[in-house]
Amino acid sequence: MSSKETMGKTFTVAFLLCLVCSIIVAGSVVILKPTQQANKALNLQANILAAAGLLPAGADKTQIKAAFEKIDARIVDLNTGEYVDPSVVGKQKAIDYDQRKAQKDPNLSKSISGSEDIASIKRRVDYAKVYLVRDNDEIKTIILPVSGYGLWSTLHGFLALEADANTVVGFGFYEHAETPGLGGEVDNPNWKAQWPGKKVYDLDASEAPKIALLKGAVDRSNPEAEYQIDGLSGATLTSRGVSNLVQYWTGEHGFQKYLQKLRQGV
Amino acid sequence: MSTASAKQVLFEPIFSNNPIALQILGICSALAVTTSMQLSVVMGLAVCTVTGLANLAVSLIRSQIPSNIRIIVQMTIIATLVIVVDQVLRAYAYELSKQLSVFVGLIITNCIVMGRAEAFAMQNGPAMSFVDGVGNGLGYAVILLFVAFFRELLGSGKLFGVEILPLVNDGGWYVPNGMLLLPPSAFFLIGIFIWIVRTWDKGQVEAPDYKMSKHRVKEAF
Repeated sequence: MSSKETMGKTFTVAFLLCLVCSIIVAGSVVILKPTQQANKALNLQANILAAAGLLPAGADKTQIKAAFEKIDARIVDLNTGEYVDPSVVGKQKAIDYDQRKAQKDPNLSKSISGSEDIASIKRRVDYAKVYLVRDNDEIKTIILPVSGYGLWSTLHGFLALEADANTVVGFGFYEHAETPGLGGEVDNPNWKAQWPGKKVYDLDASEAPKIALLKGAVDRSNPEAEYQIDGLSGATLTSRGVSNLVQYWTGEHGFQKYLQKLRQGV
Repeated sequence: MSTASAKQVLFEPIFSNNPIALQILGICSALAVTTSMQLSVVMGLAVCTVTGLANLAVSLIRSQIPSNIRIIVQMTIIATLVIVVDQVLRAYAYELSKQLSVFVGLIITNCIVMGRAEAFAMQNGPAMSFVDGVGNGLGYAVILLFVAFFRELLGSGKLFGVEILPLVNDGGWYVPNGMLLLPPSAFFLIGIFIWIVRTWDKGQVEAPDYKMSKHRVKEAF
């Protein structure tokens, strides 16, 4: 009894245990990292395809990869709305640009203040990565990355628009941590099915985005209904967050200039 | 306990000494992950792995652990195992691990794991301790599956994601009971489970803490 209760023994056991445990933890992280990253990348691609309505039901790895080959990534300067060369962000190819990493990089993003920052993202990237689906060189679908704060977490997703840069093709989040069953219903296919066909802007009236989530259900007979989406019941703050982030990213600090240029056919 | 056979050690925690139903441990995660059968199966497996291996590891080094740091030693072992399990899930069951989110990590705080390490593995041999850990993990898993069965079936009309009761939203007849998807319903179901088990096995009913004394009227004269 006495031999294992000494100070020296206590320290030795603690030290050896920590050493062994840290080797096991570090080992598992290092060994499994490539598989995890592949999963993440695939999940991202599947979500981009899903937003554009190009994801076949029950698609496997190879189908997702094949479908994704047809999608073209481009870098957009959010301040001017112009395409820029990937070398501006220090990459060979646009697809390699990591927009979420750039958001933390002071050289590639700027901090935004309270009233401007309706999506509560704190910093906004200067260059965004958009995905284009083409049909014989003509742009068919534009897929924009969007993100913003809901109730518990930052939601990251994609908004896909038709070539008119106004009509929604699809919308969805690939990462969030909202309450399952309440805010988590942003993943509900029935809710997401409302988005296609909605309009972001009422271009006759103004250039500002009009699309928003309502509290409760949308009255379909209302002429405004094409700019409105049902709120999620029991998830007021998540709904507000989604509404804000869509408005932010289609607004003047987001992709508004870029979309205007697209509409003018530049 | 020293003469208990492996079979007893393995099966006792499932019904007669269930960690959730009798010892009322590990309730919190049982509320969170039981909205679908699939999640419950994965969570049950994860807990089985962790309790089994944690018991094994603690038991192997039990004669070396100084008693004044034994709890922290057990915690370190458990935490290590949970991180490894979490990483494996992220690599090989990405979709499920996204839904389980923090709850895999929270196995660390699941009282069952540390309860078994402290109560059983510190006094018993490695093989028996492993069996005990797996048994307790299974006891936890059984409750999870019981609760998830009702919550998923009645809450979303499905089992393992396969539609059993066609929902009204999709043109069927079943109006899902949304409350079953919320945590309180798991409390009701666990309560009902405990009730059933104790009706069947009267030995689990605790003696009442106190008895009401008979009402007597004293005449004031």
